[in-house]
Amino acid sequence: MSGTRFVHLVDTTLRDGSHAISHQYTAEQIAAIAAGLDEAGVEYIEVSHGDGLAGSSINYGWSAISEEEMLTAAAGAIKNGILTVLLLPGIGTQEDLEMAIHCGARAVRVATHVTEADIAEQHIGMARKMGLQAFGFLMMSHMAPPEKVVEQAKLFESYGADVVYVADSAGAMLPEEVKARVGAVVDAVRVPVGFHAHNNLTLATANSLAALEAGASYLDGTCRGLGAGAGNCQIEALVGVLEKTGFQTGVDFYKIMDVAEDLVEPVMHRPQVVRNAPFMLGYAGVYGSFLLHAYRAAEKFSLDPRDILVELGKRGMVGGQEDMIIDVAYQLAQKRGGA
Amino acid sequence: MDRVKVAVIGPGNIGSDLMYKILRSNDLEMGLLTGIVESEGIKRARNMGVKTSIDGVQAVLADEEIKIVFDATGAKPHLQHAPLLKEAGKIAIDLTPAAVGPYVIPCVNLDQVQDEPNLNMVTCGGQATVPIVYAINRVAGARYAEIVACIASKSAGPGTRQNIDEFTQTTAKALTAAGGAKKGKAIIVLNPAEPPLMMTDTVYVDVENPDEQAIRASVEAMVKEVQKYVPGYHLRVPPIIEDHKVTTIVEIEGAGDFLPRYSGNLDIITSAAVAVAEKLAAKMLRREVVA
Repeated sequence: MSGTRFVHLVDTTLRDGSHAISHQYTAEQIAAIAAGLDEAGVEYIEVSHGDGLAGSSINYGWSAISEEEMLTAAAGAIKNGILTVLLLPGIGTQEDLEMAIHCGARAVRVATHVTEADIAEQHIGMARKMGLQAFGFLMMSHMAPPEKVVEQAKLFESYGADVVYVADSAGAMLPEEVKARVGAVVDAVRVPVGFHAHNNLTLATANSLAALEAGASYLDGTCRGLGAGAGNCQIEALVGVLEKTGFQTGVDFYKIMDVAEDLVEPVMHRPQVVRNAPFMLGYAGVYGSFLLHAYRAAEKFSLDPRDILVELGKRGMVGGQEDMIIDVAYQLAQKRGGA
Repeated sequence: MDRVKVAVIGPGNIGSDLMYKILRSNDLEMGLLTGIVESEGIKRARNMGVKTSIDGVQAVLADEEIKIVFDATGAKPHLQHAPLLKEAGKIAIDLTPAAVGPYVIPCVNLDQVQDEPNLNMVTCGGQATVPIVYAINRVAGARYAEIVACIASKSAGPGTRQNIDEFTQTTAKALTAAGGAKKGKAIIVLNPAEPPLMMTDTVYVDVENPDEQAIRASVEAMVKEVQKYVPGYHLRVPPIIEDHKVTTIVEIEGAGDFLPRYSGNLDIITSAAVAVAEKLAAKMLRREVVA
């Protein structure tokens, strides 16, 4: 590995991290954490509901405050970093993106399931027209073979995406699988490639390094690994590991550790550890955000959350289908009742 | 006259499925399928003995006997077709997102809007979920309705994909305008699983009065109403009540006329459109008998 390569970091504590606290960030917490990340030198600071703009809903959980308040709080606190938002077409719309731009967003990650990039053309186009950096973000990349990931990454590039991401939304990939997908995309597109890890199989940092080896130059993380499922790649640890490996990130190692310990840890509802159910997410290849919803459904229908998650995996459910957790739990409970 | 002559503009998947359903109808006569270029759909119709044209809307305007016109093109073409059809005294059933006329959900509000010259069929998600919201609202008061529509990737055509915001925005509007909820929100998810999944729609309603028995009875009665024109419409999960939140899941299996059975999303909108036309046709036929 080259000793001077620069890795662009995206912190998503205030987006993916919000899953783990059921989207209950307050404006004060957002302002403090965003300011801390900015002060530590993080380049991209992502702020949105965990399921992206307009994700606040019965299906995904209500945010404590409106998206406008979240983004305004973050924009006021960020001096050097780039305020970034997430948008999932089908949930958020161009109108929502317009609101975010008005609040100060300067980059948007437009995320689709790994086979459905063509629903994002309008949103990427609009972002480009409005002068935002546009990222194409392929979720659940473990569900498609490298050729398919390449085909979809090229679609994003053709719409004008500045960066294309391979996202392991279920934390289901092994390092070799990461390399195969990221490497194939790096070879096929001219734009930089990123990787978004989850820690369900306890491989988030290892997979992030594997992605760099395969040619990625953007990585995601969150303070303390706070995030959906077993959490994300722990950014303060990642910064340290990258420094030891010889990469530059522009992030101050001590300062980002302090943000994690002093600002993010007090907000957390529980330690971000790999318990049985989150491990099963990775094992069964199930979308990370399903975790807390599956716990609730398991309690309501007196089921083992692992059974619900495994069944969701068998059915091939994709990101955003939180409603099917109720369906699976109901059908499992009916089956058990009838037996 | 024992049947009302109709035309379909747009010989794509939706237009072709409409044609199959019209050919089976007792009240409608499949008078014309029209497009703007020679296509697979046009060729298929011609081989089946259906009159076709590639002169678009002009061919429809040239035939005075055509009384009802299904528009299965796109929002932009329909905005051009709508005034022409109205001027010619033809009723337009609009399957595009143009929404020139009011939204119509056959089992909910057809009686109120049946004299309108232009009727909009909302979206597939709207046809599947508005009846449930309406059924819950009439007995429990819907303060907020939110739906999640899951469609098999193979069943989502380029029109839906390139304008996915239109789906969420139009469906959300119909939840309030036709469903009666005070506020509405819609989400759509495309799932590429193989074999393709049936269309499923989850309906969440925040109600004023969570009377479980009344809600269940109202929803079950409504499902039977929808089944009259969409036989593959089923309750997957009957209303579950938690505090003021009601969760209901429906599944739509297509009739398999022209489109595969998993395309319940397309089947429900073409079935609803034909149900609207049949009702209008029955009225026209009665009027003629009386005259």
